[in-house]
Amino acid sequence: MIKTDILIIGAGPTGLFAVFEAGLLQLRCHLIDALPQPGGQCAEIYPKKPIYDIPGFPEILAGELVDNLMEQIKPFQPGFTLGERAETIEKLEDGSFVVTTNKGTKHNAPVVAIAGGLGSFEPRKPLLGNLSRYEDKGVAYMIKEPEIYRNKKVLIAGGGDSALDWSIFLADVAEEVTLVHRRNEFRGALDSVEKVQELKNKGKINLITPAEVVALHGAGKLEKVTVQRTDTEEELEVEVDNFIPLFGLSPKLGPIADWGLEIEKNAIKVDNSLDYQTNIPGIYAIGDVNTYPGKLKLILCGFHEATLMCQSAYQRIYPNKKYVMKYTTVGGVIGFDGSKKEAPKAVVKAIN
Amino acid sequence: MSDIKIKITDREGVLHEVDAPTDMNMNLMEVVRSYELAPEGTIGICGGMAMCASCQCYIKSNHELPEKSDDEEAMLAEAFFVEENSRLGCQIHITDDLDGLEVELAPEEG
Repeated sequence: MIKTDILIIGAGPTGLFAVFEAGLLQLRCHLIDALPQPGGQCAEIYPKKPIYDIPGFPEILAGELVDNLMEQIKPFQPGFTLGERAETIEKLEDGSFVVTTNKGTKHNAPVVAIAGGLGSFEPRKPLLGNLSRYEDKGVAYMIKEPEIYRNKKVLIAGGGDSALDWSIFLADVAEEVTLVHRRNEFRGALDSVEKVQELKNKGKINLITPAEVVALHGAGKLEKVTVQRTDTEEELEVEVDNFIPLFGLSPKLGPIADWGLEIEKNAIKVDNSLDYQTNIPGIYAIGDVNTYPGKLKLILCGFHEATLMCQSAYQRIYPNKKYVMKYTTVGGVIGFDGSKKEAPKAVVKAIN
Repeated sequence: MSDIKIKITDREGVLHEVDAPTDMNMNLMEVVRSYELAPEGTIGICGGMAMCASCQCYIKSNHELPEKSDDEEAMLAEAFFVEENSRLGCQIHITDDLDGLEVELAPEEG
């Protein structure tokens, strides 16, 4: 069981900055995120897009903001459970919470801060009637262990980087790789597009465009798919062992919606007059995931909310301690790793 | 302040005729959100970067719209429920030429 002071669900900018503010109060944090890397949307969706409304940064790329936040919180040694989705929450007799992920990792903390943004990113599934019947029986939405496709007939659908990259990778592993996309054009890194072209010319990737998968067949497990050409409407059947639609990710509030929290407009209602606490004492919601009158889904607002949440969390964890806010210019930053940053002392010296 | 009229059919099939300002740097997705014609969290998820298809709509009138950017083309190529007249609302800037535009919101992706 992972133990910490504040368990933060969501490792986007708001969740990351909460680590810093908590650290100033000598509180330790652990973050859970469904994505394999920290940064949330900033890292996953738009790392190369500039942001213009981070105070003090006239322009910063979303990916750089994440890198900076990671650097800023390093002294506070946050723990990470990445690639796992927070699934259930349970309150213990001592008032603390246990949050368990979809992979069974358990986390225990007296305070939970949900910084889940738009929710956890789930793969977008194509609209095929019997799709769910073949899930884990030939259909998968992400590739975790490429080895299971060794000597298999694999069909990948999609036109982005992941469809291209996995087609290239599996061309050497699988018996047969077919790539199906609705258009002739692919959106991806130039070298990936060129590599797929080269593998197609060599006959190592069977490319069907513009086309889409319209039906799945097989008794028990997937055996065959119907691919329809979008230009001629001609249908062809392709024998496959595996169908991997890679249509990107879309955010879903997910299991958090069932935690007994008050939800309004797909967001968690919080007390914005005080500390961004939800209707369950000890559970806070900060950043894009929360709502209150006048809410703005801005990173800078998330930073503010994270800061106030940490003050309230401190009082909750140490009800008898008095805390006086200290400026970092005065108190410096004292990390859990023993590092100390502080303002250089002015020299007091007579000038004769 | 100048407004144009836009007819928007929501996902329940209800028609709304709304005023859209041309001088506030707004796009069609933002107009839909400002009138709350689709629940928050089901439209404009990516914020208007043509990186999701939650603001997809069908253009019903014969207005001449700006060409699709590569980003919009690519997103629509991966979206669901796409028709010939599909566009991403966030990529349609509200201008005087669009007075009388008629659109229908595409269904929400599952």
